[in-house]
Amino acid sequence: MSNPAMREAYGKALADYGAVNPAVVALDADTSSSTLSSYFASRFPTRFFNVGIAEPCMVDMSAGLALGGMLPFVNAFAALVALRALEQIRTCICYNRANVKIAASYAGVSDFKDGPTHHAITDIAIMRSLPEMTVIVPADAGEAAAFVKLIAEYDGPVYLRLNRSATQAVSQPDDNLQIGRGIVRRPGSDVTIIACGSMAGRSLQAADILAGRGVDACVLDMHTVKPLDNELILKMAGETGGVVTAEEHTVIGGLGSAVAELLAQEMPVPQACVGIKDTFACTGPDPETIMDAYGLGVRDIADAALKVMEKKIK
Amino acid sequence: MTDNNINNLENTARKLRRDVISMISKAGSGHPGGSLSAADIVTALYFSVMRHDPKKPHWPDRDRFILSKGHAAPILYAALAECGYFPLEWLDTLRKAGTCLQGHTDSTLTPGVDVSAGSLGQGLSVGIGMALAAKLDRKDYHIYVLLGDGECDEGQVWEAAMFAPNYKLDNLTAIVDYNGLQLDGTTKDIMNLEPFANKWRSFNWEVMEIDGHDIAQIIDALNKAKKVTAHPVVIVAHTVKGKGVSFMENNVDFHGKAPNKAETELALKELA
Repeated sequence: MSNPAMREAYGKALADYGAVNPAVVALDADTSSSTLSSYFASRFPTRFFNVGIAEPCMVDMSAGLALGGMLPFVNAFAALVALRALEQIRTCICYNRANVKIAASYAGVSDFKDGPTHHAITDIAIMRSLPEMTVIVPADAGEAAAFVKLIAEYDGPVYLRLNRSATQAVSQPDDNLQIGRGIVRRPGSDVTIIACGSMAGRSLQAADILAGRGVDACVLDMHTVKPLDNELILKMAGETGGVVTAEEHTVIGGLGSAVAELLAQEMPVPQACVGIKDTFACTGPDPETIMDAYGLGVRDIADAALKVMEKKIK
Repeated sequence: MTDNNINNLENTARKLRRDVISMISKAGSGHPGGSLSAADIVTALYFSVMRHDPKKPHWPDRDRFILSKGHAAPILYAALAECGYFPLEWLDTLRKAGTCLQGHTDSTLTPGVDVSAGSLGQGLSVGIGMALAAKLDRKDYHIYVLLGDGECDEGQVWEAAMFAPNYKLDNLTAIVDYNGLQLDGTTKDIMNLEPFANKWRSFNWEVMEIDGHDIAQIIDALNKAKKVTAHPVVIVAHTVKGKGVSFMENNVDFHGKAPNKAETELALKELA
């Protein structure tokens, strides 16, 4: 089975959903042929607005469209929309509780060739801190496509974080995807790996390595970083006694921090955070090479799990 | 519009100015200068030009008003209360804990407030979104955005200024409260806006320049603006910061400072 790029799956799903729901409009900041909001644009030209290279204006326009009864999907590069237009997202989307969906493409290091200005490795932390905002990080193309309808039918601001390229497929036809409900991708009893985005697939690979070392790792696909699935995390942390988080993002403020905030208050267990260690990444030949070079390798996840195993109270 | 009607509107504007002074005085903080300079514009909109119904603040066909210069919230609150969107007594709760009248507008708390604001430079972009929504819905409501002059230092204003004519948004009218003062001093000294009207013209806006304290002129311009097709309109309204209170007029000290007790009494006397 082919595994499309996440942006491809998203772009087609948005166009398909546009046919179902006439309130959907899309905006882009001169990146539609990259974000692939172009699929929607060509099918619904009167419901598509190319704002030019003006992310702040685009974000506030989307708030106005939402307050006027439309269902806007804002399309842009994650690195730009989450930083350049952050204040607009806070003030006009979140504070107004405007029903806007932000599809933030080229997230993580998936825009590998363009380098750190185009990498988005702080966006989860930023978006997670905003009141009213829901943050979703699909693990693969299947989830990215399925979330289009789910977030459209959820009333409130959503940040949907998308990779430029394909990630390892993890989703299944019977996933019963729901906002705020993590998915057990692999049951296990020794340690819990909680991953989002491209790191879900890598975590399953790490679990295979760990199995060879006699460690039975559970892998959770935590596609919704906010609101976090506290119930599932506490259940698995309790059962396994140790947690690893894995994200294509800085270790500061993202999924790892969200899990740590929960565990520190409700159920302190040893935790290790796999992520980019407070540094800019660099240009690379493909996302995987950059990820391996910056501590996001399959081996890094497995090593983190083994360290957590050592810290567990016997 | 008869002289009698204009007279009534001028009385209303004076009443709103008194409310502004009283509520900011009671709150102990707020922005009197920019609220007073916008008083006649807001009066003309809410008591003559705009299609709205205080009993139905969410009426889909209502005209929208966006106070992009959100620090002038007191003048909007005064107008909304006078229209009957909420009881006049609420005005005494401005900026107090638990109030529905936040320091800057909050659309989720205050009936009649269409958009939350407080961070400058954004209202015109939001207004564009609303104007597009109206066109998509084939509705004929109009969107009014009130900007401050100092606010036009913000680059995003000009992103929006570029967009609106490109999409021929003739259901959008921007009004600039050109009072010539911003927090730190005169707009001339801080960041000269001139040639201001020509900036808008060069962005393909239809531009009108008026005396922003002459209610007949304001109403006339707003009505003309509604008839313009294929272009958005900007009305550059020349105003006086602190208008109506002698010691606040053209006084930058009252940009964001509440009057003390003696000043309040004097101001209310002048506005009686």
